[in-house]
Amino acid sequence: MCFALLPAARANESSAFDAGKFVMEHVSDAHEWHLFTVGDVHVSIPLPVILYSKTGGFHVFLSSRFEHGHAVWQNFRIAQEGSPHAGKIVELDASGTELAALPWDFSITKTVAGLIFSAIIIILLFTWLARRMQQIAGHAPSGLLNMLEPVILFVRDDVAKSSIGEHYERFMPFLLSVFFFILINNLFGLIPIAPFGANVTGNIGVTLVLALFTFFVTSFSGNRHYWKEIFNPDVPVWMKFPLFPLMQLIEIMSMFIKPIVLMVRLFANMLAGHMVITVFLSLIFMFSALLGPVASYGVSVLSVIFSVFITLLDVLVSFIQAYVFTLLSALYIGMATSGEH
Amino acid sequence: MGFVTPDYGTIFWMCVVFGITVWILKRFAWKPILNGLKAREQQIARALASAESAREEMKRLAAHNEAVLQEARAEKENILKEAITLKNKLLSDAKEQAAMESEHLLEMAKHKIEEEKNAAINDIRQQVAELSVEIAEKVLRRELSNPTAQQQLVDSIVKDMNIS
Repeated sequence: MCFALLPAARANESSAFDAGKFVMEHVSDAHEWHLFTVGDVHVSIPLPVILYSKTGGFHVFLSSRFEHGHAVWQNFRIAQEGSPHAGKIVELDASGTELAALPWDFSITKTVAGLIFSAIIIILLFTWLARRMQQIAGHAPSGLLNMLEPVILFVRDDVAKSSIGEHYERFMPFLLSVFFFILINNLFGLIPIAPFGANVTGNIGVTLVLALFTFFVTSFSGNRHYWKEIFNPDVPVWMKFPLFPLMQLIEIMSMFIKPIVLMVRLFANMLAGHMVITVFLSLIFMFSALLGPVASYGVSVLSVIFSVFITLLDVLVSFIQAYVFTLLSALYIGMATSGEH
Repeated sequence: MGFVTPDYGTIFWMCVVFGITVWILKRFAWKPILNGLKAREQQIARALASAESAREEMKRLAAHNEAVLQEARAEKENILKEAITLKNKLLSDAKEQAAMESEHLLEMAKHKIEEEKNAAINDIRQQVAELSVEIAEKVLRRELSNPTAQQQLVDSIVKDMNIS
């Protein structure tokens, strides 16, 4: 990743403040990592764009080539508002009109960059912790290890052991990874300065993959009893074999609804947190536009207080969501691996 | 509403990044950490158990020591008692022996004295007999000459004899 700062060309957008756009820009994914805007100059970290189109093959270049969406590079550009694919990268034909077929876009977007950054931090942190653990073997822990050990023990004893039972050890690496991945991404998302602040866990693609992992772990570790309960539930026969297998349908639906609920809960909570903070901050600019600068000074005090409050609330929510996701995953795994009742 | 439709690019990268992260963490972080935690828990449990057993051992040793002490005390008492009885016995034995010895000596002395006395008496008897014979001889020699003188002579001889 290249972190060179590119002061870009002057933006052409109208100077009127659009709160909706402001909020959306802050929570949406982007091909560049916007740092700040001075006047009309946007400063952002360019991120790699990786495209594959049937006509042009592979293309890899930095997003700074698009000049914040104003320029065309190698027949690609970011679709402007009004286009059916607004915000996405589209391919242009020789005459300059957008092709209907979108190129495959595997770009390192802001979310992916934040994801990679926090993954590196998590890997470094916990492998370092593991080394510390081996160094102090037989002695009392200290420092960071002392701080994180109770959390690991909490996940092991109060989440995994109590939900899964005797076979909990097999699932510990997955549950711990999920817990700390969500927790650290949630907390990083609250720090507004790059390389933090990417809305990773508030991105539905990310939570979808997390939920998918839980789904696969649950399904692959499900025992005979678990599958029997789905395809031949323990209910009166008339509920299983009337005109159509009602109970089986419900059971199979619940199999998929569980991870979907996991996905939506985490995504919605984190997205909402980010949105509320940006909404409170955008109040300053709305009042400034509506009633002049004096009103905005007054409102800014309130806005900042509320934003701080919501941020602190989000710290709490970060922990709760990491806990809830891990706990529910553990419960689903526990349901799939428990014996006859 | 762009942000509620999952983006396949994000999904792809998330799968890659999260998969690698879980794999690396599982191998290089969670295994050593969980093993370390378990090892420490076992160590603490062992330490507690061994402390408990050490306490038991101490209690047992203390009891044992007490018993040994008791035994030693009893033995001492015994030895002392034995020594006293032995002393008493020795003393009484010695006394008895001494008494017997002295009695024996006394007896012997008495016997000796008796013997000496008898010997002396026999001797005296013999001497008296000899003297008597002598006197009788002298008297017999002189009797014919003078009866008065005879009498005087016997008296004087008897006086001379001075039998003790």
